[in-house]
Order: sequence, then C-alpha cells, then structure tokens
Amino acid sequence: MTSRRLTRGAASAGALLLAASLVACGSSGPAGAGGGGGGDAAQVWALQDTVLNPIEESSISRFNETSEAGDAELATFGNDPYKQRLRVALSSPEAPDVFFNWGGGNLKEYVDAGAVEDLTPLLEEDPELRDSFIPSVLEAAQLDGKYYGIPMRGVQPVALFYNRAVLDAAEVEVPQTWEQLLAAVDALKAEGVTPIALAGSQSWTELMWIEYLLDRVGGPEVFQAIRDGEPGAWEHPAVLQSLQLVTDLVDRGAFGDDFASVGYDVGGASTILAQGDAGFHLMGSWEYVNQLGQSPEFVEAGDLGWAPFPAVEGGAGDPANVVGNPTNFYSVVADSDHRDVAIEYVTTALNDEQYVEDLVAAGDVPAVAGVRDQLEQAENADYTTWIYDLVEGAPNFQLSWDQDLPADQATEMLTELQRLFLGEQTPEGFVAAMSAA
Amino acid sequence: MAGTTLVTTAPSPAPTPRGRPRGTRERPSGWYLAPALAFFGFFAVLPMGLVVYLSFTDWNGFGFPQPSGAANWERLVADGEARDALLLTLLFMVVTWAVQTPIALLIGVWAAGRQRNRAVLSSLFFLPLLLSTAAIALLWASVLDPNFGVTQALPFLDRFNFLGDTDIVIYTVVWVVSWQYVPFHTLLYQGAARQIPHSLYEAATIDGAGRYRQFFTITLPLLKYTVITSSVLMIVGSFTTFDTILILTGGGPGTTTRIAPLYMYITGFSGFEFGYASAIAVLLLVLGAGLSLFVTRVTGFRAMQSQQEGL
Repeated sequence: MTSRRLTRGAASAGALLLAASLVACGSSGPAGAGGGGGGDAAQVWALQDTVLNPIEESSISRFNETSEAGDAELATFGNDPYKQRLRVALSSPEAPDVFFNWGGGNLKEYVDAGAVEDLTPLLEEDPELRDSFIPSVLEAAQLDGKYYGIPMRGVQPVALFYNRAVLDAAEVEVPQTWEQLLAAVDALKAEGVTPIALAGSQSWTELMWIEYLLDRVGGPEVFQAIRDGEPGAWEHPAVLQSLQLVTDLVDRGAFGDDFASVGYDVGGASTILAQGDAGFHLMGSWEYVNQLGQSPEFVEAGDLGWAPFPAVEGGAGDPANVVGNPTNFYSVVADSDHRDVAIEYVTTALNDEQYVEDLVAAGDVPAVAGVRDQLEQAENADYTTWIYDLVEGAPNFQLSWDQDLPADQATEMLTELQRLFLGEQTPEGFVAAMSAA
Repeated sequence: MAGTTLVTTAPSPAPTPRGRPRGTRERPSGWYLAPALAFFGFFAVLPMGLVVYLSFTDWNGFGFPQPSGAANWERLVADGEARDALLLTLLFMVVTWAVQTPIALLIGVWAAGRQRNRAVLSSLFFLPLLLSTAAIALLWASVLDPNFGVTQALPFLDRFNFLGDTDIVIYTVVWVVSWQYVPFHTLLYQGAARQIPHSLYEAATIDGAGRYRQFFTITLPLLKYTVITSSVLMIVGSFTTFDTILILTGGGPGTTTRIAPLYMYITGFSGFEFGYASAIAVLLLVLGAGLSLFVTRVTGFRAMQSQQEGL
C-alpha cells in the first residue's frame, strides 16, 4: 500500500505542479492574452462523444474549406477531466479559442472571470442568426441580458418515461397531476412492482425530481433567486413544500428499497424499466436513445411511453415548463488569438444545414427553430417531434441545478439531496444546510 | 584508490564497500544523494509547500489564489462534515485492520508450507493483487448489485442491499478493500513464516506440542515484526484509500462512505474549492505522518534487525 500511496502522492504532486506552472505561465505570457493554443488553428474544445464527435469533425472540416479567416481544430476530453482542465487553462496561454459548456451558472463563473466573449452585438447585428435557435434554449447562455454562447447540439429536457405494459397491467393511466401520480404509485405498489425506477447512487437523478417539483410549486422565479444568490432564497416556502413532496414520495415507497445502489451509467434504472420491474422513470431525453440501444425490443414493441412531468395542483408554475439541459453551447474565449476564426465558426457553422441534418440523423433534436419538418422525415419521428414541441412550447427551460449553481454550492446540494432521499436529512435540515452554504 | 582494493571489491556494487578493505570508515560522497534529493524536493517537498500555501488562500481554479488568511482553517475546525469524514476514516481503518490481519496471518502461515497444492492454491489466491483497483471496484459493484448482481441468486445474501444500505455499505467497502489487499499481506506473512527455522518445530514436536501450541508459542511470536510491518502498511494504506471507494460507491449513498481523502477530493475537484481542499489535505498529511510515526515508535519497529537472537 505504501507504494500506492507514493504513486498517488507523486501524481497529485504532478497535478499541482502542472496547475502551478500553468498559473505561472499565465503571468509571464503576453499581457492580458488568454487565447491561442500555440498552433495556427483555432482550438475548439468539446466533450468526448462517440456519436457527436464525427459530426463535429465534419462540421469543422467543412468550415475549414470555406473559411477565409483561418482554420479550426477539434480537441475532445472526458467529462470530469474537461471541467478541471478548462478551469486551469482559461487563465493560461493554453486556453482554447472555442469551448463547450452547459450555459447557466456553470458559464457564469467563466464570464465573471472575464474569460468569455460577449456575443450579444453579433446576435443583434444578425437577427436571422438569433432567430434560428429556439429562444428558451438560447436564453440558457444569457447572463445579465448578454449572450455568451451559441447552441451546438440537441435539446435535453427531462421527461417522465413509462412502461406501457406495466401501467396497463395495473390499470393505471398516465398521470397528468401529482395526485394522479401518487395514486399510480399506490396502484403499482399493490401490483408488486417498483413504481418509479431511480438511479439513486448518482444524485443528479434525484435532482430531476426536486427541480420539476420546485418549478411546478413555486415557478421558475424561486430558483432564479437562489441561483442569483439572493439572501434567504432557499428559505422560500415553495422550496420546503417541494422537498416535502419528495420525502412523501420516498416514504410512500415510490422508489422501492434498493434505489440507493442503482446506477444510471451502468444501465441499472433503464433496465429495471425495460424489464417491467418498474412503471415510471424520470430521465433526460437521452433515455430514449439509451433504451433503443440497450433494449430495442422494448421500444419496438411500443411499450416505452413518455409524458411531461405532472402538474402540481395549486402550484404557481406553468405545467408547460421543462427542466433539464436546454442544450450545450459553444462560447468564444475573450482575447482569443484566433478571435475572428472562433467567431466566424460559432456564428456560421452551428445553424448550418448539413450540421443540423447530421444531428437529426443521429437522433438528436437540435435547438434550431423550424427543424420540425426535418424531424418528421427522420427515424423515431414520434419521439423527436414530441421532444421538439415540448421544448418549443415551454415558457421556461430550467437548466439542471448542478450546472446552474456555482460548483461549490452544487456539490453541497447534491450531497444534501442524496441524504434527503435516504431519509438521513429532513426538508427543514436541507433548507438550513443550503442557506448556510 | 589502490588497484588491489578494486580487485577485491569488484563483484559488489560500487560505492559502499569502497573503503572497507583498508579498514577506514570512509563514507560515500554526499553528492550521491543529489538526484534522490532533487526528486524528493521537486515531487514531494515543493508540492507539500504549495498545498500548505494554498490552504491559506481562496482559489476556485480561475486566475490566482487569493490570500484568505486562516479562513479555511477556521472553517475546517467548525466543519461537521469533515469531522464525520475523519471519524469514518478511523472506523474504516480499525475495521480493515481487524479483518485483514487474522485472515492474512492464517493464510500466510498455511501457505508457507511447501507442498505442491499450496503453491498452486497460493498463486490462485494472489490473483486479486494483480487486478487493478478500478477493475476490482467495478467487479464487486456488479456482483453486489441489488437488482442484477450475483448475490441476488444466492440464498440468504439476496436480502442484503450491500451498496445501498447505509448501515452496511461501509462494511461492504471494508470487504472489497480486504479482498484486494489480504493477498499482499499474506505474501508478507508467508515470506516471514518461511524464515522460521524448522528445528524449532522439530524440537517442539519432540516436546509434545500440538499444532495450535506450536502456532501460538513459535510462529506468532516470531512473526511479531511482520505483524507490525503489515499493520503499519494497512493503517497508512486505509488512511489514504480512495480509488476503490470512489469507483465503488462514490462516497455514497449520501455521505456514508465519504472518508476523509474522498471528502478532500470532492471539495477540490467537484466543488472547485481548492483552498479549502488544501487545508483538508494538510490535515490528512499531518495525521497520516503522525500516525505512522506513532505506530513505528510504540511498536519498536525501528529495532527490528534481530528477530531470531541466538540462532
């Protein structure tokens, strides 16, 4: 074990040295400069994704063929390393020129550090470009009235998926209200199936419940205040009420007894739904593609159903609101050495016909206005047009809280949330802990 | 250096025996230390210094760390989560030691025999040591899965939710870590047990001592220093265990397996509070170093040259 400890020590020492040297380079680099990867091409940083990366590659090579400003180059990273690397790189000469992000508070930290180019003038000069994206999606990269990102892939709202066969067997209708959902939970429990599949070993799956409930109970303004850091924002009565709705649901046995060890990445919750061991599953729109890949016979038999999150009676929020990931964005690094290339890329390549067509063909629902006709022609049109309509008709699209809050608060919140689902934290305790955070 | 001395010492590696034949106590030049010192300074001392410096700053990864005085340390003193994480680490440390030591000792002594089947069985048994930690954690995560795991097919075990029940998940982690490292400690015990001279057992047999008596009066006392070595490694190791838990449970469910190193990692690399995470790291460094010093001092580990006096 000692040798293990030493290697780990050396590794972390290396990481620190790297961070330190990057910071040091930042100070000795050209004054005020943040951009440029050293090479001639503008660096575009994105996440590794087997489906998306080839589409991005071909988009960039098309761009390179026609662009007069210069060339771009794609670099991809794994999810967690990406966040860490981007953070350190943005204040160093190793910064990319265009970077992938989730919008919201996640982007806000970069904006506050002065690292992101304001794209508002470009969008104002070119209303056609602005109007080519779904407004509620574009807004997720809007901070203090300024736009800092351009949508670069599909929308990912969270929907209530269900197993039609299981619901039929229990004679349960697809719930439209919270009361109906509770009744469905009881009926499914009586049938001996887990009413709702939940991948509770990962707290972001639990987050979806509280996000929707707070939106339905209190409306989007309540979370907006929390995100803006207004004092006492967590103490809004709607927060407590929606936390209580969650604990009621847990106490009712809606998620069964085993949820704390079910994982999403390993396909746990999706398999439970597909095998008929659960009735519902609240998940992002990517669930459909996953089910299609993992349990094609389940989808092809028509047993996979989807519905909007139920309305909460007496709640202030519009039941048409959605939560999830509006989309991912490309943002331009302020003071980039390849500013012209970077800006030309994000303003011309992301609503490009071929790019959008490629996304649709891959099963994505691009955040581009008027893409519905194209979706109707493509495979899985039932589902993709439903998702498109859901998002286009949504007055508000709340970005996932863990992306919208600053990282330290998000981490704390995910911890407290998991404790709440486990019954180790009370709604009151959650509010107190988050107010103090 | 005279040519004759060179001839006599030729087979041994260079520096140490150089002066001996002439009867002087010449020491190797201090410069031989330079590469090691440089490495140690660059990869151990410098980062440690940086971490100590960072622990007095506020840094979210952007720009430069902002000095924040003792704020991180004040927060650490008042942090209930950090206290829970340390207590959990302590529990984990004690339980892994208590589980691994007897098992490793017994198997090690058993494997020290020289029959053929033991050699085969021992090499099979050492397999976990060859697997990477990530593979082990993923393997056990699937075996213990409450919906699809192997345990669900077994009577009695199917009623447990090993990775989801907040009361037992820490013991599940102990089990997995032990499964991974018992073979290593067994190896230590096997080697040590083989060093015990056979004549002792022959004499004991003549005196009429049975196997148990032989184990407790010969084997165990003579393995004393191996027990200490193995315990130091176990304690220091479990104090820094991190990778297995990160992959197996991620510190969850809730915070039930969030031991101190994991708490530091989550604070630093999920919350991006590098200053505060550094304070936790410094605390862990001090506690870890103190602990291993304490164990070596109290057990007389340093005086271990002679295990078999008079033999």
